[in-house]
Amino acid sequence: MSAKTKNRVNDFTIKLANVNGTGSASANSLLMKAIFRMGVPVTGKNFFPSNIQGLPTWYEIRVSKDGYLARSGDVDVMVAMNAETYEEDLGEVSKGGTLIYDSTWPRDKTLSRRSVTVLGIPLAKMCNEHFDNVRARILMKNMAYVGALAALLDLDLDVIHTLVKETFAAKESLIGANLKAIELGFEYAGKNFQCPLPTRVKALDKTSGHIMIDGNTAAGLGCVYSGATVGAWYPITPSTSLMDAFKAFCERFRKDPETGERNYCVVQAEDELAAIGIVLGATWNGARAFTPTSGPGLSLMSEFLGFAYYAELPAVVFDVQRVGPSTGMPTRTQQGDILAAAYASHGDTRHVVLFPSNPQECFELSLAAFDLADRLQTPVLILSDLDIGMNDWMCEELKWDPKYKPDRGKVFDAKTLKGGAEKFSRYLDRDGDGVAYRSYPGVDGDGAYFVRGSGHNQYGGYTEDAAEYQQVIDRLMLKWGTAKKLVPDPYIRRTRKASQYAIVSVGSCDNAVQEAIDRLSSKGIYLNYLRVKAFPFGKKVTNFLRKHERVFVVEQNRDAQLKSLLCLETDYSKQRMQSILHYNGLPIDSSCIVAAIEQAVSQGEAA
Amino acid sequence: MTYIVKPKIVHSGLQRNALGLTIRDYEGSMSTLCAGCGHDSITAAIVQAFFELHVPPHRVAKMSGIGCSSKTPAYFLSSAHGFNAVHGRMPSIATGASAANRSLYLLGISGDGDSLSIGLGQFSHAVRRNLNMLYIIENNGVYGLTKGQFSASADVGSKAKRGEMNKQQPIDPVQMAMAQGGTFVARSFSGDKDQLIPLLKAGIKHDGFGLIDIISPCVTFNDHEDSTKSYAYTRQFYHPAVHADFVPPAEEIKASYNRGNVMSVELHDGSRILLRKVSKDYSVHNRGAAIDYIRAHQRKGEIVTGLLYIDQGEPDMHGINRTASLPLNELPFDTLCPGTESLVSLQDLYR
Repeated sequence: MSAKTKNRVNDFTIKLANVNGTGSASANSLLMKAIFRMGVPVTGKNFFPSNIQGLPTWYEIRVSKDGYLARSGDVDVMVAMNAETYEEDLGEVSKGGTLIYDSTWPRDKTLSRRSVTVLGIPLAKMCNEHFDNVRARILMKNMAYVGALAALLDLDLDVIHTLVKETFAAKESLIGANLKAIELGFEYAGKNFQCPLPTRVKALDKTSGHIMIDGNTAAGLGCVYSGATVGAWYPITPSTSLMDAFKAFCERFRKDPETGERNYCVVQAEDELAAIGIVLGATWNGARAFTPTSGPGLSLMSEFLGFAYYAELPAVVFDVQRVGPSTGMPTRTQQGDILAAAYASHGDTRHVVLFPSNPQECFELSLAAFDLADRLQTPVLILSDLDIGMNDWMCEELKWDPKYKPDRGKVFDAKTLKGGAEKFSRYLDRDGDGVAYRSYPGVDGDGAYFVRGSGHNQYGGYTEDAAEYQQVIDRLMLKWGTAKKLVPDPYIRRTRKASQYAIVSVGSCDNAVQEAIDRLSSKGIYLNYLRVKAFPFGKKVTNFLRKHERVFVVEQNRDAQLKSLLCLETDYSKQRMQSILHYNGLPIDSSCIVAAIEQAVSQGEAA
Repeated sequence: MTYIVKPKIVHSGLQRNALGLTIRDYEGSMSTLCAGCGHDSITAAIVQAFFELHVPPHRVAKMSGIGCSSKTPAYFLSSAHGFNAVHGRMPSIATGASAANRSLYLLGISGDGDSLSIGLGQFSHAVRRNLNMLYIIENNGVYGLTKGQFSASADVGSKAKRGEMNKQQPIDPVQMAMAQGGTFVARSFSGDKDQLIPLLKAGIKHDGFGLIDIISPCVTFNDHEDSTKSYAYTRQFYHPAVHADFVPPAEEIKASYNRGNVMSVELHDGSRILLRKVSKDYSVHNRGAAIDYIRAHQRKGEIVTGLLYIDQGEPDMHGINRTASLPLNELPFDTLCPGTESLVSLQDLYR
């Protein structure tokens, strides 16, 4: 069945090829939001250069009535606005697809494909005729193609008009021009093409109870709701918008309207070494503090992370992963920091790591991270990635439990310290769970001790004594055992039929995996699925592994880091795990998973 | 940071301060530094300064990095919390501590290796943030714990113990702090308690970043002939430009000074610094002139000391940020968490 004859209503992908710095981003997200408001599940992914102006950038919108939010791997409608990439963009359109371009400058006939319908719209010409301002002429071309797409895809114009008014509410003078541009595109398409295309949108009711949000915004909001008061950071793509979001929410919720006083303090640090130091200085004093970063920043933070592990200070670190090694591709996505996060720093060091798979989990796991960091008195790293962090995802509305109280862990306060029956000893395991009690500076002299990264005994004193040193290091391992019981459980999806096959995956692979499982089950291959949400791996992870003969480990890095971690930290046989890896910097789609598993299963059956 | 617990013996005749505490309450454990180390004199001066200021010891947070100097916070204020950070990173710990609890007295102890090599960046940024703390550099021009390498403050022509001569330019924290907008910049000498104690008191009470660079000779690796950071050299080329006296609030100024030569700077808590101009062509409010003066004397091999620059008008980190006056670590969760209704209405933006 060719794409042309397939029913493509609410099941297709639009790709928009633009030049960065031309204002296409707001037009593209408006287009996506219009589809979302028509009740049709949709997701948008931005492929942008590490550059401010003039380089190619693409935006991909997948419309899926079934709610599949990973990349489809196909392009059904291409809006080719960048002459430089036109040939490449045309080549990417699936058979039977449509390409729209600015016919102000007609394309050479050699640049055509028989299986692709090419629609030319004189966008620049129309805008030049209707707008005087040079900048407006560039910007309005974007809105004009939105108008054309509205006609071609049968989008609800009322929804689009409302969105334009909301988008430019602060700059009302722009509303008229934007509406005009939309009208120009809409009318041109209506007059010159057969509208709508077979590839089109039909209103559904599948987005109520959902929002469109990016993971960094959701994580920043999570920090506000967790009661974090100190944030420190050094700007790095793709984590920057997390701190931007935190600051914006704090300006809204944490600023006294009369005095202008702020109930938070954000410090832009001189580098990531300082950013994590600021976090530790704050948590030492009992504040909740965090830092957002990405791979290169994590490398720089490693020394202090080891310090915090050993001196037992809470910290929340968001690593919004990008492509490595080294500077890599800063605006592309990967899951390459799994091992670096788990064992950051020299010596016997290990960290609690949480793995959100979407913006909703960014919010939820932010809260979990602050509680765990305080409860366990140790750094907690949240491994998001560029795909989750910077793209708008459709996810369930964020919920708040009004009964929530932060878990601040074990603290000797002024009352316990003053006249308390027991003498305060910083690293003494009173409860047998490996977690000692701490005290805050400035409260009482009886709680005074030295936070130090040098050898210390259970009373907090400096030591170079073999037995005293080992006692503390062994207790940290006991605490690790406690962490296993406290970290969030994995997500598990069981197939209807018993199966010896399973997929284990992590983070933003989730949508592609879910879609792959559905596609494979329609081919008679049934798989159970576990997505780890935390390291250390708890009992549910090890039990799940044990029940399967063969486990496909799906992740987005070259070196199979999740698989390595499972090998190191569980007793499951390495031979029974097979990696499915995707690491070219683009978000994973379901096809690579389907193909790899189909092949493995058929080979397994043949053998 | 090795230490030996010091028995606390309080004689009945020992003087008590306004809090009823004796000087013993401001001491720490026994020093394990070399006998005669300049750092121990600084420790004694710190003990004296806090005692005389009547600061409750537990209201101080003492922080340091790595090195001989960074061991010394164990030797004073045993009732104060301490933080012995990784090498060169104490300023970031201090920044976080200040962010979370602006009501503490923050005291950082560092050395020339810790602040001028590995930690130069963090030191500079603490200055430009005008972090409200007193930052002491115990400056001996040499790496002690790793046995005698030159540090970045070693002067050109100064010789190491084994005879090697330093040919690289020294980094002067005082000139750096002035150039970077430091609001309280001083230099002193571990061997001059009369100068040091009032400077410490003024630095503790100053609102904003206070730097005191203290020449503190290393008796083991850098106290020989041909060293420019030895006791003998420092005494010979010591040039006090301005003498500062600290006058607590409500205490009368004893008029024993020649009026024309004395200037009073009022601090935020009502205490005052009385500046006696030892050198008449010197102004403590003029950065450019101060740097010129220091450089001119540096060319002659002289070490200019005293309170070299002060500006009480600049806002500190919290002033710039407009942080709540109540320390952030004391804010109840209910005031920090926006709650259910806000979350519901906020999400209209994302539909």
